[in-house]
Amino acid sequence: MLTPKTEDDLARIVAETEAPLRIQGGGTRPIGMPTNGTVLSTSALSGIELYDPGSLTLVARAGTPVAEIEAALDAEGQRLAFEPMDHRGLLGTTGTPTIGGVAAANVSGPRRIQSGAARDFMLGVRFVDGRGQIIKNGGRVMKNVTGYDLVKLMAGSYGTLGVLTEISLKVLPKPRATGVMLIEGLSDDRAVTALSRALGSPFEVSGAAHLQKGQDGAPVTMIRLEGFESSVAYRAGELGKSLADFGEFTLETDPEKTAAGWAHIRDVVPFQGRDGDVWRLSVKPSDAPGVVARLSGAEAFYDWGGGLIWLLAPEGSGVNARSIRAAVAKVGGHATLIRGTPSQGAFQPLSPAVAALQDGLRRKFDPRQILNPGLMTEGQAA
Amino acid sequence: MEMPTPKPEIIARKAELIKRLHEVMPKDAVISDPSETRVYECDALTAYKCAPLLAVLPSSTKEVSDALRICHEMGVPVVPRGSGTSLAGGALPTADSVILGVARLSDVLETDYDNRFIKVQTGRTNLSVTGAVEENGFFYAPDPSSQLACAIAGNIAMNSGGAHCLKYGVTTNNLMGVTMVLMDGTVTEIGGTFLDAEGLDLLGLICGSEGQLGVVTEATLRILHKPEGARPVLIGFDSNEVAGACVSDIIKAGVLPVAIEFMDRPCIEATEDFAKAGYPMCEALLIVEVEGSDAEIDEQLALIEEIARRHNPVELRQSRSAEESAKIWLGRKSAFGAMGQINDYMCLDGTIPVSELPHVLRRIGEMSREFGLDVANVFHAGDGNMHPLILFDANKPGDLELCEDLGAEILKLCVEVGGCLTGEHGVGIEKRDLMTHQYAPADLEAQMAVKDVFDAKWLLNPAKVFPLLSSDSHRDAAA
Repeated sequence: MLTPKTEDDLARIVAETEAPLRIQGGGTRPIGMPTNGTVLSTSALSGIELYDPGSLTLVARAGTPVAEIEAALDAEGQRLAFEPMDHRGLLGTTGTPTIGGVAAANVSGPRRIQSGAARDFMLGVRFVDGRGQIIKNGGRVMKNVTGYDLVKLMAGSYGTLGVLTEISLKVLPKPRATGVMLIEGLSDDRAVTALSRALGSPFEVSGAAHLQKGQDGAPVTMIRLEGFESSVAYRAGELGKSLADFGEFTLETDPEKTAAGWAHIRDVVPFQGRDGDVWRLSVKPSDAPGVVARLSGAEAFYDWGGGLIWLLAPEGSGVNARSIRAAVAKVGGHATLIRGTPSQGAFQPLSPAVAALQDGLRRKFDPRQILNPGLMTEGQAA
Repeated sequence: MEMPTPKPEIIARKAELIKRLHEVMPKDAVISDPSETRVYECDALTAYKCAPLLAVLPSSTKEVSDALRICHEMGVPVVPRGSGTSLAGGALPTADSVILGVARLSDVLETDYDNRFIKVQTGRTNLSVTGAVEENGFFYAPDPSSQLACAIAGNIAMNSGGAHCLKYGVTTNNLMGVTMVLMDGTVTEIGGTFLDAEGLDLLGLICGSEGQLGVVTEATLRILHKPEGARPVLIGFDSNEVAGACVSDIIKAGVLPVAIEFMDRPCIEATEDFAKAGYPMCEALLIVEVEGSDAEIDEQLALIEEIARRHNPVELRQSRSAEESAKIWLGRKSAFGAMGQINDYMCLDGTIPVSELPHVLRRIGEMSREFGLDVANVFHAGDGNMHPLILFDANKPGDLELCEDLGAEILKLCVEVGGCLTGEHGVGIEKRDLMTHQYAPADLEAQMAVKDVFDAKWLLNPAKVFPLLSSDSHRDAAA
């Protein structure tokens, strides 16, 4: 494994290599694992370089552990609003999630529905392209239209266009209180309808999930509100009235319980330690129950008001890449294999026009095709 | 301002080009009479003008595709145009180029309140997107000050912001999908009515690409329910530094106002003369607006006032009614008009880290004295997006050049303190030649490599964004 200690060293390694490289942050997601080549780790490029709470910005080297960043933010009452998932429980991996890995895979959690994805909070990047050139884009300010937005392009590019060395992020204040409205017993259809109504209200819902099986086995629907204590109480009251036809919601405000509840969704706890392939589907929320119904045999739960479906497809269930892609194609959206056999095609196939653009970009940024070759194409795992 | 020399061989084929375009779109969609093409000679950056060879006004994605394919085959540059409100010259044509205007593409295609999106053709104006959903209580969040006129196509091309992006983000954070036509006529669909398009984030790349990668004809936009209410507080200070420190403290305290606007004394004086909003005569004032129910607003404003009081404000005026709110906003909203009454001005939009505000304002004051030109500051302080207005006299020889020089110095300062040349207006031609101050050659090469992929012949809006010296080799290689 190659673990350069400086950006210049990393650039030299990439420039001089003749063999493909597998780019790795903390090694918690096996991105690049199916590809050949030597592991190039950014773990030694670590540390927060700048944190300016009054400007809501933080700049960190790519190998900085997410936990280190969250601790620094916490001390100032701030946070990463996009709530990145920790993949270790689901994938059974060890290692330390890094901010570079989060950026490279655009890892976002339940609050994505309200605040945005990791890419929406990335203000600037530095990276080394496939020729070994150091490139910067964006900066550390919240509004920036100076030239093309390669920051977004790098977000979610899984190290196929370049190796991230530094990320600057927009951070946000932590709310003073959190409340979670809970109701049991709704069908998938009814739950998504309720969540849509909540998300279409003025009450700034920051989490909207539905489990077919909650902790006591009954379906449970969750709506998160954040803000001042009085505001959370007020909004829960108003939402309760507007959702009265679904039944009576209870309000949980215990900080530990609410945090654990959303970590359960964020880290896909329901599928941890269980056999089967795990898929992540993004569809229009109102289409989601229909997609899940078409994939009977799989187990599902919903985040993002229904727009994100987490699917567990046990062996022998008959639910596989082909049936999932067919169900998604029917309504529009995409599906990515997060855990399981990659040979069935982990990434959503692209239309020919978009595939040509993507291929063209990869050839420009990595002309020798040495960075995670094959990744993000069909037949490779996320 | 240098633009590439128009190619006589293209101009010579004008009749042939018109004939081919007439085969694919109605005659009235092809504008070729010089008295009519002059309408398209500039955008809101009126210092530079040049009529295009032709203008085309397609009414469908198919017509856009046909027009682009024909221009591609004939090697004719195309300059896409939304409503022509760019302050950066993004829609400035050359004499051998075709203006492709999206004004006839203005339909709403689908509204979906359950899934919170609206799908529109991109010639639709920003404000009329909100107009299409507001009776159901919804709105489209990005609100550039030109929102009455500016088109969604231009908003996407420039990644437009507005006063409320501290809370709601800019265009790129509210765009879910596009239909985009590439220069060779290929129609692509990217993203849709779901979150996070598959594959590389091409949506993010297209947003802010200044019409150089493709022509977006349809867009799926996120819509939100309006807040229950909103109310501003006006706070006056006896120095810019103190006002800047107060902004930082508000942000650090954990409230997230929907807008924090800043005006300095020259700006306050000009707007008071013009709009008579009853602003206090002080060195700097902030307008801080928060949203929610009445009780929620009270609680947030109480906290903001408590913070402000630590900075010894000379004035603290909380709005108690819709009329008072309107009055507080009146001056801010008339600021640009007011400055225009008393002077010619150039408006910059460099962005800086919020914590650098006091330093940058002090330096701008010093530079203003060195150059002998007044500078008024009015801007979105919450996100550091400055709008220094440099006042000059267009009739005085040399004043425009002096003003441009001062503008360049101010933008360099923004970059120096960790900021950027432009926060929401775009590079266009206006800041094109300053790009080397923010980006090294390899950084610019990486961006131009993207254009090589989307538009290999460099025909779409080719002379913008990148300094001509940097883009020469790309444009030549493509020719």
